[in-house]
Amino acid sequence: MNDFTTWDIVRNLLLAARWTIVLSLVSFMGGGIVAGILLFLRIGSSRAGRIFVQGYVELFQGTPLLMQLFLAFFGLGLFGVNVPAWLAAGLALILWSAAFLTEIWRGCVESIVRGQWEASSSLGMGYVQQMRHVILPQALRIAVPPTVGFSVQVVKGTALTSIIGFVELSKAGTIVTNATFQPFTVYGLVALIYFCLCWPLSKSSQILERKLNVAHRNH
Amino acid sequence: MVYAFDYDWIAQYWPVLLKGTAITVELTLVGGVLGVALGVACAWARAYGPTWLQGIVAAYVELIRNTPFLIQLFFIFFGLPALGVRMGELEAANLAMVVNLGAYSCEIVRAGLQATPRGQFEAGASLGMSRLQTFWYVVLIPSLQRIWPALSSQIVIVMLGSAAVSQIAAEDLTFAANFIQSRSFRAFESYFVATLIYLLLAILLRQLLRGIGWTLFPKRAAL
Repeated sequence: MNDFTTWDIVRNLLLAARWTIVLSLVSFMGGGIVAGILLFLRIGSSRAGRIFVQGYVELFQGTPLLMQLFLAFFGLGLFGVNVPAWLAAGLALILWSAAFLTEIWRGCVESIVRGQWEASSSLGMGYVQQMRHVILPQALRIAVPPTVGFSVQVVKGTALTSIIGFVELSKAGTIVTNATFQPFTVYGLVALIYFCLCWPLSKSSQILERKLNVAHRNH
Repeated sequence: MVYAFDYDWIAQYWPVLLKGTAITVELTLVGGVLGVALGVACAWARAYGPTWLQGIVAAYVELIRNTPFLIQLFFIFFGLPALGVRMGELEAANLAMVVNLGAYSCEIVRAGLQATPRGQFEAGASLGMSRLQTFWYVVLIPSLQRIWPALSSQIVIVMLGSAAVSQIAAEDLTFAANFIQSRSFRAFESYFVATLIYLLLAILLRQLLRGIGWTLFPKRAAL
């Protein structure tokens, strides 16, 4: 049996943490793009669009992310293609993040007081102009802290992709444990690395919330 | 080739699904009740406790909120035996859920406590209530009512997160789905059925929590 130094363990975990970061970035950005489209359907005038997005959000917020990962993994497989784990992981995380981001952003847009819509429409602005010049600039400001806060959930969500076989930080933790028989040290270190990734995000979300002090601006 | 969906196996495996669902429900109930209790205790400690205790609670909350549930679970189940703390998979799963929900609900309850105006304490004291009575009736219960919706959604999130406990072989609903797919080779269908059951559980749990909210805080609906 080989001996593993603590540095061996840390080095391997850090190498795997790259994939946690990449997957988090892809999921968060992809989720943001999908959420942007869903948001316009959700607050738009089409009834069918609203109902579709409501159903979508209910479905993704009402089922475990782990199940979504399994369904993406085995569901894509039904089309007869051999699905790599990263593809299923990325797809499921994008769709899952999109559901949460849509809800967060919808709350932000709806918190813009009615009078802003009326004022801009009395200036003869169309829907797109209202959005572009009046509503979105204000809503974006409100949206920053909760969006940054949600990115923490995305990073933590990537841990579940280890279960469908994507080798990121959690999976590396399991592999290293199986080689070293030091679960306490290894999972402790894994937790520490996740903490180092997530804590700055949580903290900056809190600071942004205080800085922008958006909750009390319009009252 | 078009894949043919086949759900005939459900007739054969429904006891497995039922047992898994029962365990998920049990984990959620125990985790929910004890987790919220731990959260209230921690919120009290953070708001009114001695300084050293505030520090410990703050560290606990930050640590749990910034690490994935799966890793907390692995640490408890695989890591703690190194310190001589051994437990079965269900105990570990329950413990992880309580510890996880405790940290989140601490922050939620604390937000409610902070929103209590200072004068409420003085009002309670002037009515001759003890400190504990004031905390319970004047501060805590109205705070809980204020944050009940946030707490409810956190409990639902923890229930959905419990799917991960199948990874330490706790025989919950996800474990049942894994078991069925390994027997029937109908992976998509078994996870699909399990997902539907989770969705149903989430909807029911949300209604249940709303009902609990109404019974616990009947009179203050206008607050």
